[in-house]
Amino acid sequence: MSDLPLIQADRAVPPPATTTSTGGRRRRLRLLSRTDRVVITLMVLVPLLLVTGFVWLPAAATVLLSGTNWDGIGPLNEIEFVGARNYSDVVNIYPPFVPAVQHNLLWLAALFVVATPFGMFLAVLLDKELRGSRFYQTALYLPVVLSLALIGFVWQLLYSRDQGLINAVFGSSIDWYGDSNVNIWAVMVASGWRHVGYIMLLYLAGLKGVDPSLREAAAVDGASESRAFFRVVFPVMRPINIIVLVVTVIESLRAFDLVWVVNKGRNGLELISALVTQNVVGEASRIGFGSALATIMLVVSLVFITIYLATVMRENRE
Amino acid sequence: MSTATVTRRTEGGADVPPRRRKLTPLRILLHGFLIVVSLAWLFPIAWAVLTSLRSYDYTAANGYVSFGGWTFDNYVTAWRTAEFGQHFLNSVYITVPAVLLTLFLASCVAFVIARFSWKLNLVLLGIFTAANLLPQQALLIPLFRLFTEVPLPEFMSDSELLYDSYWGLILINVAFQCGFCVFVLSNYMKALPRDLYEAAMVDGASIWRQYWQVTMPLCRPALAALATLEVTWIYNEFFWATVLMRTGDKFPVTSSLNNLRGEFFTDNNLVSAGSVLVAIPTLVIFFMLQRHFVRGLTLGASKG
Repeated sequence: MSDLPLIQADRAVPPPATTTSTGGRRRRLRLLSRTDRVVITLMVLVPLLLVTGFVWLPAAATVLLSGTNWDGIGPLNEIEFVGARNYSDVVNIYPPFVPAVQHNLLWLAALFVVATPFGMFLAVLLDKELRGSRFYQTALYLPVVLSLALIGFVWQLLYSRDQGLINAVFGSSIDWYGDSNVNIWAVMVASGWRHVGYIMLLYLAGLKGVDPSLREAAAVDGASESRAFFRVVFPVMRPINIIVLVVTVIESLRAFDLVWVVNKGRNGLELISALVTQNVVGEASRIGFGSALATIMLVVSLVFITIYLATVMRENRE
Repeated sequence: MSTATVTRRTEGGADVPPRRRKLTPLRILLHGFLIVVSLAWLFPIAWAVLTSLRSYDYTAANGYVSFGGWTFDNYVTAWRTAEFGQHFLNSVYITVPAVLLTLFLASCVAFVIARFSWKLNLVLLGIFTAANLLPQQALLIPLFRLFTEVPLPEFMSDSELLYDSYWGLILINVAFQCGFCVFVLSNYMKALPRDLYEAAMVDGASIWRQYWQVTMPLCRPALAALATLEVTWIYNEFFWATVLMRTGDKFPVTSSLNNLRGEFFTDNNLVSAGSVLVAIPTLVIFFMLQRHFVRGLTLGASKG
């Protein structure tokens, strides 16, 4: 705060005497001293540069690189544009690609069809001001504070072939993380375990925001509880519904940590995110190739991010 | 916040308490269901704690569905073999500066967005919020190259590069987490009464003073919620540290789990002890600051 006196001395602009129809905004702008304007610029510019430099420019570079044959090591001026060849290579001659897309979609479906509705259902039950509601809530969202990498380890204690609880109880000898027929399901259960708590939390907040008189009106009209929920409460929560949809899509697209700690996304656990990473930090660095995969992720996520922004911005303006 | 006020209103409603007392069979069923689900949800964590407290020899001989062989040795062994002390320290080096910097930079942007009603503010808000939602892997390729090109003086990192340095990890975490905080804080700040600024202007307070002495003290609840959440998230961050670090000793705890797998592979009791150790900081934060944690998560979703 050593620059305070300077700021005081600098703000010599006298406020205009007439404040009629020009509007408060322009007046306020003129009231800003030069120091104020410098401060405002810095307050925006520093974070903006950081986000642009570390997030948006790399995102743009990924899209550009996806059209080149760069190997990641050579000098940048030797880059050649190869058009859409990386994309056709990804689809045609890269065996893990199709399973990865299938797994990502399966992941989305599992979260969307099972975990999300279950989280919503629990939120509806817990919204009833039950005794012990706090205990139930705490138990359900406890997994949300754990990292997905750690969750991979916690579930290994249940899944391991020789030392896992599941095989010990049922006398089976399935390698839940290793068998490529079942491991994607095993991993999705662990991920759903965390997702349910998160969704429950979001809906619980959403339900608390619903005007109670709406439900009373539905009850007076003789609507059953489930009817009132689906016809009245659920539609009113539209913004939350959209946010939950976007969160679910983004989470299933970003899914990475869990499969990476299990086996680095191979042998039945291919995901697009893991393939991108393998192509960059793995033995064979195929940059153009990896960028094409990354661009696919980017495009899908941007569609849903736009939906998200449109929703929350509209919410804010209201 | 809007959610809090609405809650209070429902609780104060006259028709709620009588319904609560009645214990119909349906209610009992409901409680039964919730108890079963809650216990099922707690089970994996409880099982990890239980396994971590038993000796490998006992469980190897009697199987895991048994009772006995209590010991604390797994924790001692896990702590020593996996060098958890060092990794926890690394996590602190990364998490504390990253959270402070995120909150500071995000509050600056949020203040400008909330304080002025310029047309560009909406664009700015969009740029920041969207950045938080992009898949990290999609940025990896250019960032990886960037990190291996940017030199750092040796006193900052022994790798002499942004790659494999705490600085790089702090910066990337800040850049990624800023968006969420800008979004939440700008909503919060918009809800503050505008008269405050008028009064501050009359007193001749500069923009910086308005930010630091008027707005920030009023944002303490939101900052507390965000700090709780961001500590958990950055501590839990796995991807960036996995790909942008190389030296084993420098990995933060969450990413060091990857190496743990090789070392403990054949001993589930050690795995569980390691898992519990890694979970303890987040669990402590969660139980001590549960209110902030939950509010932080829902602040982002509902209107601030």
